[in-house]
Amino acid sequence: MAEPIIQIRNVSKRYPGSPVAAVDDVSLDIMPGEFFVLLGPSGCGKTTLLRMIAGFEIPTSGTILIDGQDMAAVPPNKRPVNMVFQSYAVFPHMSVEQNVGYGLKIAGVRGDEASARVREALELVKLDGLGSRKPDQLSGGQRQRVALARSLVMRPKVLLLDEPLSALDAKLRAQMQFELSDLQDQVGITFITVTHDQDEALSMAGRIAVMNKGEVAQLASPSDLYEFPANRFVADFVGSVNLFEGKLTLDEPDRAAIDCPGLGKVYLGHGVTGPHGADVWVALRPEKIYLHVPGKGDAIRAAAKDAPEDHNLARGTIKGMSYLGDITLYEIKLDSGAMIRVSRPNLSRHDQEDFTWDDRVSMHWRADSPVVLLS
Amino acid sequence: MAGALQDWRQHKRPFAAIVSAPIFWLVLFFLVPMGIVWLYSFGQNVGPAAIEITGTLDNYKRATEWLYLSIFLKSLAVAALVTFICLIVGFPVAMAITFATEKWRPWLLLAIMLPFWTNLLIRTYALMMLMGQNGYANKGLGAMWDGASWLRTLVGLQPLEAWTPVQLLYNNFAVVLGLVYVHLPFMVLPLYSALDRLDKSLIEASLDLGAGHFRTLMKIVVPLAGSGIAAGVMITLIPALGAYLTPDLMGGTDSQMIANVIERQFKRANDWPFGAALSFLLIYAMFALVALQSLRGSRAKVGAH
Repeated sequence: MAEPIIQIRNVSKRYPGSPVAAVDDVSLDIMPGEFFVLLGPSGCGKTTLLRMIAGFEIPTSGTILIDGQDMAAVPPNKRPVNMVFQSYAVFPHMSVEQNVGYGLKIAGVRGDEASARVREALELVKLDGLGSRKPDQLSGGQRQRVALARSLVMRPKVLLLDEPLSALDAKLRAQMQFELSDLQDQVGITFITVTHDQDEALSMAGRIAVMNKGEVAQLASPSDLYEFPANRFVADFVGSVNLFEGKLTLDEPDRAAIDCPGLGKVYLGHGVTGPHGADVWVALRPEKIYLHVPGKGDAIRAAAKDAPEDHNLARGTIKGMSYLGDITLYEIKLDSGAMIRVSRPNLSRHDQEDFTWDDRVSMHWRADSPVVLLS
Repeated sequence: MAGALQDWRQHKRPFAAIVSAPIFWLVLFFLVPMGIVWLYSFGQNVGPAAIEITGTLDNYKRATEWLYLSIFLKSLAVAALVTFICLIVGFPVAMAITFATEKWRPWLLLAIMLPFWTNLLIRTYALMMLMGQNGYANKGLGAMWDGASWLRTLVGLQPLEAWTPVQLLYNNFAVVLGLVYVHLPFMVLPLYSALDRLDKSLIEASLDLGAGHFRTLMKIVVPLAGSGIAAGVMITLIPALGAYLTPDLMGGTDSQMIANVIERQFKRANDWPFGAALSFLLIYAMFALVALQSLRGSRAKVGAH
């Protein structure tokens, strides 16, 4: 296995006067060529961590190695990384070309080589022909491309992106998600992106570190993060989830059962390895719950034979509905009094008319759908 | 907001009622006296207290004679030097305030503003006491001189001769120093306001791209603080050009500025028409500076689009 391009070892950052650490004993290895995303709510320490890699913040303790070299005594202008700022920080008094050529000039690259590299970088971000424009003649999306080109032209070992898409509108953001992934494929540079947007993280990342209160809550691939969250924070932050408290009543290598006062009896086709009778949480994604008229759910459930009778079933009354086009979201009050959220794809044009407010419904889910969380 | 503005446009009469009083005030106490002085500049003395407006240009002819023109040019040179020193000294001060922590910034700004709340005359006399023959400046220099002398005796050299106080007051040096002292806040505040508006991530981006701190200052911070520098230069240069009190109190016989000459015409020489002509030449020069500045500003704006 290749040597990590960035090694973060027990890094903490405490600001004077603040009782809690902004970054608390974080250790991460980032591999060359990886698209790595730091995901978390505002104030979780993700931006501080990124700025420590760039050199704009000094860790209170711990070490950061870039390409095997300790960065403790290396100032930002001497680090082999470049950053795309959240505000883009395109120099307003310089043309696009001058912006992109700024770093090259400092690095001593001049003449034909410099102009060739500037042209190449502008082509890479699809800004060819706009080199003589001033930043105030560009749209927000174009300004971001200038910031990207300005960093990429330096051929950094690692490109750091601070909330790169947060200032763009939804359409452009979706497009840029693809473009950033393509770009990263093309140049083969390690990308580290900070974002609070889970869709952005899931769509672009190779691996995601979810951060909470200065710590890494989970480090996993996008699908593992979504399907196998490690704790309630990750389950709740990444995607939408129904959480129910329960007690472990059965725990064998190939099956487990949890008794949830809110949801009912939950059966899993695999073991949990938790102490018997332990307090656990069951996480169930809204799209993994099937919605039926009363009675029908039970029959389907029984036919599937993947769980004992009376397990993985619930009944309730629809209390809220929101039609989102591709799916319809239902808020259902279970007979236990707890609320559950169920989403249903609109596979045909009139699917959303099947259920309405105050309808009695039954629900079931497959034995491999619930996730048991110990913390 | 927009609604309120529209109301003002539609209901002209109440709007006029509100603004007419201050406009009347300005016309009566600013434009009318200025107009009278302007008319005087085309008149001549016909008695100890009588001026006849004859439409003569003699006053202007006399004002552009080398004797007065040289004082004019010297005033301009002194004002320019003062402005330049204020800029060089004020820029780091403005930077320091901008990058100070939230806790310190208001106090630093207060320290800059504090002199404004003290009478100029008192401040000038205080500065003069400091710089006099027996002032602390000379005492400090004397102490250093004695110290150097003592050090020489330690290594076996001849001691220096006794300290003779330096003449710090009543010369051009004193005028420039006094004017820099008075005008520094005028320079610092617009610079601070421009630097404060500067997106700090631009500085980080420059460092990130490999630039050192000095290059970042010269290539990013100074160009982007351009509007603040221009405003600071104008707001320092114009009052410095018309400075009266500082050269009068701190200057010597050869450090008169144009305002001192004008004062003499109105008082001791009792030649109001000539004083008026000099005054208006000064005002025209200031107009020219302001016009130059706004021309530069509008061209910069055109260039940006």
